[in-house]
Amino acid sequence: MNATDAATPTKARRNPFSLVQSQEATLGVFLVILLAGLAIATPAFMDPQNIRDILVNASFPAIAAIGMTLVIVSAEIDISIGAILAVVAVLTGNLALTGMPIPLVFLIGLIAGTLLGALNGALVAYAGIPSIIVTLGALSFWRGLVIYFTQGAWIYNMPEAFHFAQRSWLGIPIPVWMMAVLVVLAGLFMRFSPLGRQFYAVGGNRQAALLAGIPVRRRLFLVFMLNGTFTAIAASIYASRFSVVQSNAGLGFEFQVITAVVIGGTSIMGGTGSIWGSFLGALLMAVIATGMTFLKVSPYWLQTVQGSLILLAVILDVLRRRRAMNR
Amino acid sequence: MTQDTQTASKPRFRVPAFFRSQEGLLFVILLIIMFVLSRMSEQFLTTNNLLALTRLFVEVGLMTLPMTMIIITGGTDLSVGSMFGFTSVMLGAAWQYWGLPLPIAMLVALSFGILCGSFNGLLVTKLRIPPLIATLATLAIYRGLAFGVSQARSVRGWSENFQFLGQGYIGPFPVQFLIWVVAAVAVALFLGRTAHGRYVYAIGNNETGARFSGIPVDRLKFALYAFSGFMAALAGIIFVSRVTTTRADAASGLELDVIAAVVLGGTSISGGSGSILGTTLGLLIISLLRNGLTLAGFKGDATVIIIGAVLVLAVWVNRLFARQR
Repeated sequence: MNATDAATPTKARRNPFSLVQSQEATLGVFLVILLAGLAIATPAFMDPQNIRDILVNASFPAIAAIGMTLVIVSAEIDISIGAILAVVAVLTGNLALTGMPIPLVFLIGLIAGTLLGALNGALVAYAGIPSIIVTLGALSFWRGLVIYFTQGAWIYNMPEAFHFAQRSWLGIPIPVWMMAVLVVLAGLFMRFSPLGRQFYAVGGNRQAALLAGIPVRRRLFLVFMLNGTFTAIAASIYASRFSVVQSNAGLGFEFQVITAVVIGGTSIMGGTGSIWGSFLGALLMAVIATGMTFLKVSPYWLQTVQGSLILLAVILDVLRRRRAMNR
Repeated sequence: MTQDTQTASKPRFRVPAFFRSQEGLLFVILLIIMFVLSRMSEQFLTTNNLLALTRLFVEVGLMTLPMTMIIITGGTDLSVGSMFGFTSVMLGAAWQYWGLPLPIAMLVALSFGILCGSFNGLLVTKLRIPPLIATLATLAIYRGLAFGVSQARSVRGWSENFQFLGQGYIGPFPVQFLIWVVAAVAVALFLGRTAHGRYVYAIGNNETGARFSGIPVDRLKFALYAFSGFMAALAGIIFVSRVTTTRADAASGLELDVIAAVVLGGTSISGGSGSILGTTLGLLIISLLRNGLTLAGFKGDATVIIIGAVLVLAVWVNRLFARQR
């Protein structure tokens, strides 16, 4: 009796952890092989400027992937982040044109993204509407609103101070710094803080989480709200990276981010996953996108590659679960 | 005692059952919307506009039929818009690049539709991937294929004969409207009057129970996803015939309209209940909103604002009703 009691928890604890770890390790190895292959195929790929571009391209999906990891770990989904990104990008771009102080511009953008996320969260957590419906509705609502207000016009001539994402510090672009700091902090938070662990509990077994005294609804609300915040941070990089903001900003962004999270080993059933994995996933996506350009593959295939990656990761996840269940 | 009198007096004030049902409620909403729209635009309530309207809703309408059944089983198919785009691109490719005669090219497009749908079905039934995530992935894959195969080039120069499907008339009715009527009646009869139709509801209510009752759950679900691909392809062909060009981005985002029409029609997103009549009313409301708003001066893209809001509201109201019952 004692022996089994002692054995079961350790086994249960070690198993999911090692499984997650293995997905990250697989991904890491795959990334290294891919980089090596690309370096041999096209030596120009390893140019420091190119590596810097890849990191900048990975930075805003990686930051949005932090929020998306929280959402998927909690066994929910958010497909509205592309539209939220567009709202924040267009809003900050337009506010910058009015001559408002730049820090205030980004602060308002941050608040707007957080509010949009909170609206999703309220509808999911308190109105009890499935997240796919809420965010599908939000996606078209916000996207439609952006098109309605911009009438498809691009925003340009923003003041110099607006384009913080084009600057560097110690030779490393600001967006890469932001990504590094946020990924490390969020990774530690999800791994070690009680609140972070509660998100896993909510996604792993909602009933059990409720019985354990976790305010499930409030946590779900928080998760969607934070997702809005991280999307807004990603949007401010997105908006300030180039000299124009397009009205169709972030079209398909949700796929990019969901793919990064899912191939990073976060289970779509919720309950497992890590920020590190999502970060590696975002990096892999950026390497693949740039790699395809270097190998002169038509960019029109990119979506097929992304979709296939999601599918591959999900199939692996399902097979792994099945094996774990049979054991 | 009070309880007794209340229950006894209740039947006297009963509204006819039809108006208390979801379908009745939708019917009333539909009439209100038509009234408001006819006030906003003089062209709205003309025979010409209403007939033109039927052309526009058929493509979404065809896809709502399998979607209704899939949502009743507790699943969903987010990839319909992409299958629509991909198969219409394949129609153009088969006709122009491979030089196939048009009827064969149409068969090729339909086959690709069934193939895409079957792949979804395979992922859902054999690999047991949640339909939501499986079709989210294939949404990207099929759309990517549409762009990859066509390299975003369009195919034009369709013959006059082919345009019959999307622009012709039989009597006073647009051709595709009649196709949709036949399909809708067939699916409604299947759902309501055949054993397999009832199995669809059984799966949605309790899949494990259905399995234990000997219902071929996996085979039926697989068939529904394949049917969804077929209908998306049919809608794609009609679309090409209507606008006489293929576009890789055709119908992107159209899954929103399809799903919105179905859940607005009272099909529960968690499965087990729903009807083709309800879906049809939902479809009419969505298309009237789009058409009416466009006539009233809204830009086409902006109408998705309303559709998105309607989708969320419909599910919310549905949940509130479900809680009261």
